[in-house]
Parts: sequence; structure tokens; C-alpha cells
Amino acid sequence: MMPDLGTYATEILLAYAVSLGLLAALILWVWARSRRVTRDMDLLEARLKRGANAQD
Amino acid sequence: MIALLIRDLRLAVRAGGGFGLGLGFFLILAVLVPLGVGPDPATLGVIAPGILWIGALLACLLSLDRLFALDHEDGSLDLLATSPIPLEGVVAVKAAAHWATTGLPLALAAPVLGILLNLPGSGYTVLVASLLLGTPALSMIGAFGAALTVGLKRGGLLLSLLVLPLYVPTLVFGAQAVARAAQGLDAATPLLLMAGITAGSIALLPFAAAFALRINLR
Amino acid sequence: MASLWEYANPVKFMKLSGWLLPLSALLAAVLIVTGLIWGFFLTTEDFRQGSTVKIIFLHVPSALMAINAWAMMLVASLVWLIRRHHVSALAAKAAAPVGAVMTLIALFTGAVWGQPMWGTWWAWDPRLTSFLILFLFYLGYMALWSAIDDPDTAADLTAVLCLVGSVFAVLSRYAALFWNQGLHQGASLSVAPGTRMDMTYKLPLYLCMTGFGLLFLALVLAGTRTEIRARRARALLTRERAHA
Repeated sequence: MMPDLGTYATEILLAYAVSLGLLAALILWVWARSRRVTRDMDLLEARLKRGANAQD
Repeated sequence: MIALLIRDLRLAVRAGGGFGLGLGFFLILAVLVPLGVGPDPATLGVIAPGILWIGALLACLLSLDRLFALDHEDGSLDLLATSPIPLEGVVAVKAAAHWATTGLPLALAAPVLGILLNLPGSGYTVLVASLLLGTPALSMIGAFGAALTVGLKRGGLLLSLLVLPLYVPTLVFGAQAVARAAQGLDAATPLLLMAGITAGSIALLPFAAAFALRINLR
Repeated sequence: MASLWEYANPVKFMKLSGWLLPLSALLAAVLIVTGLIWGFFLTTEDFRQGSTVKIIFLHVPSALMAINAWAMMLVASLVWLIRRHHVSALAAKAAAPVGAVMTLIALFTGAVWGQPMWGTWWAWDPRLTSFLILFLFYLGYMALWSAIDDPDTAADLTAVLCLVGSVFAVLSRYAALFWNQGLHQGASLSVAPGTRMDMTYKLPLYLCMTGFGLLFLALVLAGTRTEIRARRARALLTRERAHA
């Protein structure tokens, strides 16, 4: 399965590992931030709705 | 506008900060580099153009954050913005005052430091010429950076992060011109390219800087 | 057909991106995984570069997106300055970290590739240097966004910085060319006749390039959605405080 990478195996694997790691970190960061902001937003809207109902 | 220029020059000299500080920094750098690199005259001669240009760059940067910040704090920037002079003109005048108090003295002091760094004899004319041509661009780009960060509490560090990448073309052409002249080659091409950057910066950046100032003042 | 500007309306943008985001993310994942597996396991060695040629499937797409991301930020900044569409400014903000990471990947894979090919991790080659400078521009842009509290002021100032920065980035590119002629080979892909690269490498490379493009789109859409929500939360909070 694993292709023969010859003398440069370390370099190639390093390049792939670090690049995919960086991409994964970026995707996770965007995703986590989106989750956090969406959750805050939902909490805030729920609170505002409660507040509006209480005033009625 | 001339009154503004005189006021800014007077403030820069009187406040004691900007004027001497840049020159002092330039001198210290020229002393520290041989201490770090070693006293070998050949090595120093090779790196001297780059060191002198980087020193000029950093010395310019040193006084930039005060360019608009002081006027912003005491409210005179708002007055200037509502005065009949266009804000673009105000920016250009302030950059000119900054240049006259940092760039010009640096260019004049550079040959002395060139001796300290063992710059080859053929490089001195081009060194002064390149600094005279290049430092106006440094002041103008710096004024743009200062206009972007004027409202911020700790803008100084951010200012250097924003401005230093913009200094790259000027630095490359300036240091190349001096290095070529020091090797006895023709330095006209990099000098002309650098003069082009300076002319372009002076023509266009006042508008960008004034735009940024208006946003920061609204 | 509806005008493109309709999607500058945040509500319409949210609706559009709601289905475009999963679609592009899925397509990007499929293309990148296929392209990389194809490139990594199924290509033969180049007769000059040996197996290191496999790095190209990461290096070229990321370098391409590093530059395109800045170009997209430039267009979005112009749209914001001229037409004052908030979505545009927020999209520029969302693109910056993606572009910065792409630049980092291009630099890193380039360094790792340069080690066996040129015998050095880093050479002050014009292309490498330009990318390093581009990375600095991304850093400054993001730093300015995060330093300013008021969102509209931040959008305006970063847009101006993006415009001026673009001009100086191009100048730096030519300054770097002037400064050192460099080791980097010419463009790997070219529309000019007389192809430089064999189809064995081209097909997976095209897959990866399309995949990286879609990944960029998906990440920018996701980031823009997040920024729109954050902006709305901020507005709601201010209104709440004003009422209290």
C-alpha cells in the first residue's frame, strides 16, 4: 500500500503531515468559532425573548 | 500650510523627543553592529549599505507614532480637520515635517556612520543621494500607517507591523543602490526605481492617509 | 435573474450560504482527498526530482490560494468602500486567516521541497521572499482588524490597508526580482503551448487545485456567517443596554 518514497521519505511525509495539520487546525478553528458565536447568539435571543415577554 | 509646517518643526525640535532620538538610535545601531558581527573590515564593508538603510528605516519608525497621536489627544487634529486646509494637505505637511526632522538629518549623518562601518569610498555619494530620495517615501508611508492607528491606545507595535512590510521596496532599492555603488557598479537603475516609489507615495498616499484620518475622527 | 448585489443583503446571504456551504465543503473534501490520495499513492517518480514531486499537490494549490485569497480580499474591500455592503467587509475579514494559513503551507512545503532539491531549507529567492512578505501583510491586516473596536471603523481602515498593501505587495514582488534572480523554477502550469508537466501529475494536481479553491470558498462562507452572527449579537446587546 505504502509507495516507496526513496531517499526523501522524511521530507515528503513531513510536508504532508504539517500541511494537513495546518489545514485541520484552520478548519477546527473556523468551526469552533462558528459554534461558539452561534451558541452565544441563541442564548442572547432566548434571553431577549424572555425579557420581551416579561414586559407584556 | 506653511504656518503648520513651521509649528510642527518647532514642536519636534522643542519637545526634545523626535529630533535627537532618531539620530541617537542610528548612531547606536552603527556602533552595535560591528560589536555583534566582529571588527573584520571586509565583512563590515559588505554589510554596511544594508545596515545603514535598516538603521534609517528603524529610526524613522521610532518617531512615527507621535506624528498624529499628540495632536489627536489634545484635539488639535479635529481643528485641523475642520480648517480650510484640505486634510490631504495636512497629512503631506506633517509627513514633510517628519522627514525634515528625521530623514534629512539621517541622510546627512549617514556618511559619518559609513566610515564607522568601513563603507567603500565609492559608495558615499550614492548613500546620501539614496537616503535623500528614499526617506521621503519612508515618512509618507509612515504617515499613512500612523493615520490608520491614530485612535488606538497602544498603536506603536501595531504601527511597526503595518508599516515595515510597506517599507520593503524602498529598502531593497535603496540598499541595492548603495551596495552597487560600493562595488563600483552603476547605481542609476535602483536609484531611479526608488525615486519612482517615492514620487508615487507622495502623490497617492496623502489621500489614503487623509481618508483613514477622517474615518478615525468621525 | 436576480442581481448579484441581492446577496449583499445579510438575510439573503445567510440563506444562500446555508446550502452553498455544506455543498462546497463536501465537494472540497471529496476533491482534496481524491487528489491527494491519487497524488501520494498513484503517481510515479519524476526522473529528476524523484519522489519529492509528490509535494507539488500541496505546494501549488496552497500557493495559488494564498494569492487568490488576497485578490479576493482586495475585491471585497473595494466593494465595501464603494457600495458599503457589510457582507463584503466581513467576507474580507473571514478570508484573511485562510489566506495566511495557505501562505504558511506554501512556505513550509516549499522549504521542505527545497531541502533535497536545492540543498537548503530556505533560500532568499524572490518567490520565497515575496511569499514571506505576503505572510507579513496578512499578519498586519488581521492585527488591524482585531485592534479596532468599532466594526465599521475597522472595516474601513482594513479596506484602505488592503488597497495600499496590494500596491506595495506587487512592488515588493518586483523589488525582490530585482534583488536576487533566484533558484525557483518557473511556473509549473502554463497556458502557453509546450506543456511542462505530464498528465500523470496534472490530473491529480487539477483536482487538488479545485479542491483547495472550494475549501477556501467553504471556509470563507463559514467565517462570514460567523461574523454576521457576531455582528448581530453585538447589535442586539447594544440595543438591550440602551433599553435598560
